[in-house]
Amino acid sequence: MKTSDLIRALAADCAPWPKPLRQIFNAALLPAILMAFGLYLVVLGPRPDLAAHLADPRFAFKFLLALLLLGLVGDLVLRIGQPGVPTRASALRLWLVPLLLGGAILVELFVLPPHLWLPRLIGSNALLCLVSIPSLSLGPLIAIFFSLRRGAPEHPASAGAAAGLFAAAIGAVLYATHCPDDSPLFVAAWYTLAIALVAGIGALAGGRLLRW
Amino acid sequence: MRASNAGDAAAYERLLTELTPALRAAARRGLNAAGLADTDAEDVVQETLLAIHLKRQTFDGNAPFGPWLAAIARHKMIDAWRRHGRRTKLPIDDFAEVLADGSAEPDLITADVSRHVESLPPSQRAAVRAIAIDGATIAEAAARLSMTSGAVRVALHRGLAGLARKFRTDTL
Repeated sequence: MKTSDLIRALAADCAPWPKPLRQIFNAALLPAILMAFGLYLVVLGPRPDLAAHLADPRFAFKFLLALLLLGLVGDLVLRIGQPGVPTRASALRLWLVPLLLGGAILVELFVLPPHLWLPRLIGSNALLCLVSIPSLSLGPLIAIFFSLRRGAPEHPASAGAAAGLFAAAIGAVLYATHCPDDSPLFVAAWYTLAIALVAGIGALAGGRLLRW
Repeated sequence: MRASNAGDAAAYERLLTELTPALRAAARRGLNAAGLADTDAEDVVQETLLAIHLKRQTFDGNAPFGPWLAAIARHKMIDAWRRHGRRTKLPIDDFAEVLADGSAEPDLITADVSRHVESLPPSQRAAVRAIAIDGATIAEAAARLSMTSGAVRVALHRGLAGLARKFRTDTL
């Protein structure tokens, strides 16, 4: 086939012009977030003493850190499907989250007597955390993959990992309001493990599903 | 690209045609730089055009067109390197003088796309052939293939997406 023949076929397929990726992304993500929120309300729900803990520094840090992760990865995920849009600075900003968490761990170790370190690290709900965050993130993960497949990520596996991280951050924000374990020690161990699991699944799936 | 976005197929065809010489020069440069024969350049050009088309929703109308195009072309160049096994890396400058002007090249027939078209399902193959090679319009193709215009559109679109997929699985 000659190149001009191919171009003629492409022009014949020009209309309907597809919706911009950003719109595809929003249209897929909104229902997925609502589904995750619905699942959260039905199965988990907010902890009974949530109102009393809103001003508690440990809870506030945990919740705001999850929100920060969500915002930072959200910016990255929106860029990653569009060729020629820079992602490096956006990806580097993600380091802010582990840095803040590291600082919080140091403070926690300083204010807590050593005999409480291990109980706070293990917490009361580690297994639930490991199950809940990936479960809540499943719907959003599928939605993000669906829209990223319409996109053109330059590095499919990294894009998949970012998609997993974003979905896990949605799960973490929701789960943070249910989980009674607020210590940064618990967050660093179990939230991190749960989020890494989803990001890893995203990376594996991305290497296969996001190639173009 | 913005005019095409508004549904102007002629503007779109003109845009792709005008981009082709630059894509061809870039494909030659890329293949030469990797120590590969540039006889495969036209395959890279066609694969890049397919990617531009199938990923056109990723172009943000407010952003500059150049970086978007360059990123897609680079991605497809890397695919071609993988497919052929990159042997050596030579500096591009060594070849700059001997590069032919891509615009002076005749419209080349390529092996890859033709082979991939043959392996498409029958209705997609017929639609792609009728429109691309025979130059039929959607309506003419529909009449000739006894299909509705809508069915021809769908078959054409799926056929083009299928071509891009076949290039991709070739890479593995």
